[in-house]
Amino acid sequence: MAALTDFGLIWGKIQELVSRIMSSSKTSIPRRSKVKDMSAEVVDSNPYSRLMALQRMGIVENYERIRDYSVAIVGIGGVGSVAAEMLTRCGIGRLLLYDYDTVELANMNRLFFRPDQVGMTKTDAAVQTLSEINPDVVLESYSMNITTVKGFDVFINSLKSGVDLVLSCVDNYEARMVINQACNELRQTWMESGVSEDAVSGHIQLLIPGETACFACAPPLVVASGVDERTLKREGVCAASLPTTMGVVAGLLVQNCLKYLLKFGQVSPYLGYNSLKDYFPTMEMKPNPQCSNAACVDRQKEYMESKPARDAAAKAKIEAEVSSVIEEPLHLDNEWNISIVDDSDAGSSTAANTSSILPEGLVHELPTADKYSEQVGPTVTDGIDDDLEELQRQLDALNSS
Amino acid sequence: MEGWDAGTKSALTQIPLLSSRAGPRDGEAWKQRLKEEYKAMIAYTTINKTNDNDWFRISPTNPEGTRWEGSCWYVHNLRRYDFPLQFDIPVTYPATAPEIELPTLDGKTHKMYRGGKICLTVHFKPLWAKNCPRFGIAHALCLGLAPWLAAEVPILVDSGMVKHKDDEVTPSQSSS
Repeated sequence: MAALTDFGLIWGKIQELVSRIMSSSKTSIPRRSKVKDMSAEVVDSNPYSRLMALQRMGIVENYERIRDYSVAIVGIGGVGSVAAEMLTRCGIGRLLLYDYDTVELANMNRLFFRPDQVGMTKTDAAVQTLSEINPDVVLESYSMNITTVKGFDVFINSLKSGVDLVLSCVDNYEARMVINQACNELRQTWMESGVSEDAVSGHIQLLIPGETACFACAPPLVVASGVDERTLKREGVCAASLPTTMGVVAGLLVQNCLKYLLKFGQVSPYLGYNSLKDYFPTMEMKPNPQCSNAACVDRQKEYMESKPARDAAAKAKIEAEVSSVIEEPLHLDNEWNISIVDDSDAGSSTAANTSSILPEGLVHELPTADKYSEQVGPTVTDGIDDDLEELQRQLDALNSS
Repeated sequence: MEGWDAGTKSALTQIPLLSSRAGPRDGEAWKQRLKEEYKAMIAYTTINKTNDNDWFRISPTNPEGTRWEGSCWYVHNLRRYDFPLQFDIPVTYPATAPEIELPTLDGKTHKMYRGGKICLTVHFKPLWAKNCPRFGIAHALCLGLAPWLAAEVPILVDSGMVKHKDDEVTPSQSSS
């Protein structure tokens, strides 16, 4: 029976320890003070030593530049909150957080938020956690709906404060179109992310107004689930979610964001994730010259007009690189007349008509708007110069009868 | 249009189509669009009344016409169930449809997003995208909200989630 007594003793001690941890976590949180300069010194007390090591390894040229950057994250849900935590731990300079929702117990199947934060706005709860993790990051919380006229004004003005990248982590088409509108107007580069409603696939996309397809250039792409769509049960729920898929997509998004900001590796224009088959399609999309978004068309025009300047800059860069190395032919003989051709345009397509040439596994989420040359049914153009107030009175009269 | 009942189809063909592609931030063009919205709405309400199928009241609550409030109702087993109805015209309208909200049903059904926004993804969003900018608020109610109510209200009532106002226990009675 000695073994059993020992077990009882140990169990008691474990219980005591657990309760001590539980009580200490609430009473005195030892918050670290702010760090003035990022140090590469490898000591336990340096929160940035492992990140600064990226420089020594030759991955990143100047990691500390991350402190100069501001990133706006729209949608602090399953993807956005994790992305915010990643950037906070990386020591980003400033984070602007947008969401109109509050934390609920139904969110606990995803990462980041804690049950004791239920009822708080997502942005405030995020600021609470993130400021504890890294007090060096400047955090701004915007609890509002950006799709309303009022919310949009606040949104666009806050982006004018100088934001380097906007990350879209919202869960609906409407909000994505709003971010697209703001970024097209502000010439703001942004990255889109999404997880499918069945929680098994996702994607990230880089959007540079005028240069790449905007979100309105073509119906949004989604990664096909890879299983027969007819076998998917859609009755009863409008959205499922998994912490795994959301974590993967948040990781892909922030990785792309870090590559873009700190200038290392290749920044992906579009990367899909199909978790059922572990398939990652990539593609590039050029803007649609007939895009329905006027700001997008304006940006496309600007981009075309700046082509000579871009070409000159690219040429100068290549010449500078060439002059630094001694030029000699790579191969003296070329028996098979092998030559290198420019393939910079391969693999990209105009957003207007991609449906036939989409890579395998990608489909459009919504149909394109029909073009009607003839009228189908009555239109309201007849006598349209009617008075607005008169129309209001007519509707009011109908409504009150 | 396959899959829609005859009544919906008939109403839909009679609602005037809109032509201005303008949202609330487009100044004069939005005023023009708003006039078209009114005309379509007046026509749809008239059709409903003529066909003895009156089922909603909605009108703007601000001069800009960007916030709409009212109510809608559905008759199930000869009893009428009323729900407050509201939505904002999004800044990206008409590229994106208004997100129709039934705030009193928030949290009572899975076919709904946070804040009482009804789920329109499968049955309505593709139609809206296909018919942009010719569909307006009247079309959203006819093709978005009406089928949602027809599908959800019977389930909500039969499962006891929604009670008829005559059956509801008033707070004074329930407090002991």
